[in-house]
Amino acid sequence: MFRRFLRRDERLDEGVRKTRSSFFGRLAALLPRSEITDDLWGELEETLIAADVGVDTTERLLERLRARHAAGEFGTGKELSRGLQEELAGLLRPPDGREPLLPSDLTVVLTVGVNGVGKTTTVAKLGHHWSRSGRRVLLAAGDTFRAAGTEQLAIWADRVGLPCVAAQRGGDPGAIVFDAIAAARARGFDVVVVDTAGRLHTKTNLMEELRKIRRIVDRQGVVGRVILVLDAATGQNAVVQARSFASAIGTDAIVVTKLDGTARGGMVFSVVRELGAPVCFVGTGEKVGDLAEFDSEAFVAALFALEAPDDLPGN
Amino acid sequence: MFDALSDKLQRVFDQLGRKGKLNEQDVDRALREVRLALLEADVNFRVVRSFLDKVRGRAVGVEVLQSLTPTQQVVKIVHEELMALLGEAGRLATAPSPPTAIMLLGLQGSGKTTTAAKLALHLRKQGQRPLLVAADPYRPAAVTQLEMLGRQLDIPVFARPGVAPAALCRDAVAEARSAGQTHVIFDTAGRLHIDEQLMAEVAEIRQRTNPSEILLVADAMTGQDAVKVAEEFQQRVGITGLVLTKLDGDARGGAALSMRDVTGVPIKLIGVGERPDALELFHPDRLTSRILGMGDVLSLIERAQESIDEERAAELQRKLRSARFDLEDFLDQMRQVKRMGPLTQIMQMIPGLSRAMRDTDQSAADQSLKRMEAVILSMTPEERHHPEIIGGSRRRRIARGSGSSVADVNQLLNQFRQALQMMKAMAGGKVPKHMARLFQ
Repeated sequence: MFRRFLRRDERLDEGVRKTRSSFFGRLAALLPRSEITDDLWGELEETLIAADVGVDTTERLLERLRARHAAGEFGTGKELSRGLQEELAGLLRPPDGREPLLPSDLTVVLTVGVNGVGKTTTVAKLGHHWSRSGRRVLLAAGDTFRAAGTEQLAIWADRVGLPCVAAQRGGDPGAIVFDAIAAARARGFDVVVVDTAGRLHTKTNLMEELRKIRRIVDRQGVVGRVILVLDAATGQNAVVQARSFASAIGTDAIVVTKLDGTARGGMVFSVVRELGAPVCFVGTGEKVGDLAEFDSEAFVAALFALEAPDDLPGN
Repeated sequence: MFDALSDKLQRVFDQLGRKGKLNEQDVDRALREVRLALLEADVNFRVVRSFLDKVRGRAVGVEVLQSLTPTQQVVKIVHEELMALLGEAGRLATAPSPPTAIMLLGLQGSGKTTTAAKLALHLRKQGQRPLLVAADPYRPAAVTQLEMLGRQLDIPVFARPGVAPAALCRDAVAEARSAGQTHVIFDTAGRLHIDEQLMAEVAEIRQRTNPSEILLVADAMTGQDAVKVAEEFQQRVGITGLVLTKLDGDARGGAALSMRDVTGVPIKLIGVGERPDALELFHPDRLTSRILGMGDVLSLIERAQESIDEERAAELQRKLRSARFDLEDFLDQMRQVKRMGPLTQIMQMIPGLSRAMRDTDQSAADQSLKRMEAVILSMTPEERHHPEIIGGSRRRRIARGSGSSVADVNQLLNQFRQALQMMKAMAGGKVPKHMARLFQ
């Protein structure tokens, strides 16, 4: 599984390698050697919390593992390690029978998230990715609030050779979405990727603005999808963000950005559990190609892979 | 921001309060809760451990056993240790001879460009002459973004497309010196702390411009990774302070504690909103009090002083004494309140209100201010000066004109009458009973 994943996209592996060497690598090296002791359980808890997995999710994970251990499932640290991987992957696996993110009909994808998570860059990357896989993609610059927000997307659009609908700063983002849908119909595009202004999920009026955009999409009789963009460095607030955005306009999928840093993105486990929506892509760099399709088993396996990183104690 | 954490600690201490005397087990149980609260607030687990060790060391034993009110004693210790952890109040250094160079750096998306503009506005309010420097040649439209913000705030922006950041910043300092600017603010590109090349770039800017302040701008929502980021920037570039952004959200902000702990540099500024004036100097006492649920009265007073025009206040007092306060003044007053920022933000600073406020609709209070303003604006000048002439038919007209209902108009007039009464009493030295209780 891991090999196949590597071949498909080595970039995710590059990004994840750093994550691994800084965190799970230590655990991966530790577990197979150890006896299962109280200290080991303590180490496990600390490691999961240090990865932003969160207290609640960590406790649940450990409870399940302890129950399985009590039932005699794990004799060695190695078996425990495999158990942990299974549990982690299980949390990320989307439920069966979900509708595809991009059906063949005209689909409007709204990207939403708090300020500074990388929405505009992600819109460019998504557009580029889908256009290379044969879709006719139109970008829509709906961030009319931030100074030069639309200019930023326009420059990206230019770089990747995609058309982009934009409006003046301070303009109505709903109107831009409306125009973009009309343009898509007239010119035969089948995917519209909409950039929206970053907003803290606590701002009622800004969340209301998102609902309005969503209503405009729904009234046009096109397929509407919402992608929540999360910064891998975000801590437990990511769960609150996810809950708020989902309850405002729904969330169909998640993109985790900036996985090329040392951030562990461990909050993803709690977020996916909370939303029941899958992670669809991860961002691994500043270039337009730095986007990888997400695969939960491969993601967890990559975290646990035993290519010993340099910073291991005792190596 | 820290509300969730303060709730948690409050609950712990409420439980202790009911228990009477504390023994070692009680302290341990309380500290377990504190540990969970801090971890959920994204405080780094190592920082949590050392913090709890300190608190436990002080709480168990003599101090608590001798104390008559153990709960207060524990609160006091946690309070003091949090204060110690958060460090001194934010103050910006000044160069011996102008211009003072301030470099902002941080990860992508932490809010450097917005902070640069806010900081420039903050300095200008203090009578300084800042120059903004667009030193991010990488992110598309980053320079344009800073230029637009500069135009909006009427603050000069230095940009030279094609010039490498270190040379550009150096040129900017020279330009500022000859133009008589007092401060230069470098808005550098977002960079990963593990990006060798870009870290070398900021080190070079530092070397060539010798900034008085090197501020790491960090997102308050950052998780456990905050420690690594801060350590790395500290080691590779050297930083003099921290700026925490997006504190107007509901992030518990444990990253603040962590970064402060591992770098040893103070938190200097905090970003509390998207408006250009939503930047404040950091006050550890206020933040600590806020963590423990005691409100943030000092911040409120300071903000009120900044936005309420003193002359107008004096004029208002004269009017009150002569009892000539009318709806026009009422409107004026409401607008002054509005200038202080979103009402919900102000309410959060008032002790005891923060918990209740979180459950109310965030912008409902602001909405109601807007509605009141609309009602007054639909009145004729005569009606505003002599509210007593507003009868039933005038009320219906005003309601229609302002898109509200007669009930809204009635409510506004009632509120005005109450305000008038209260002010008259206060101006005459008599404070109404219910108000008097507030001041005791």
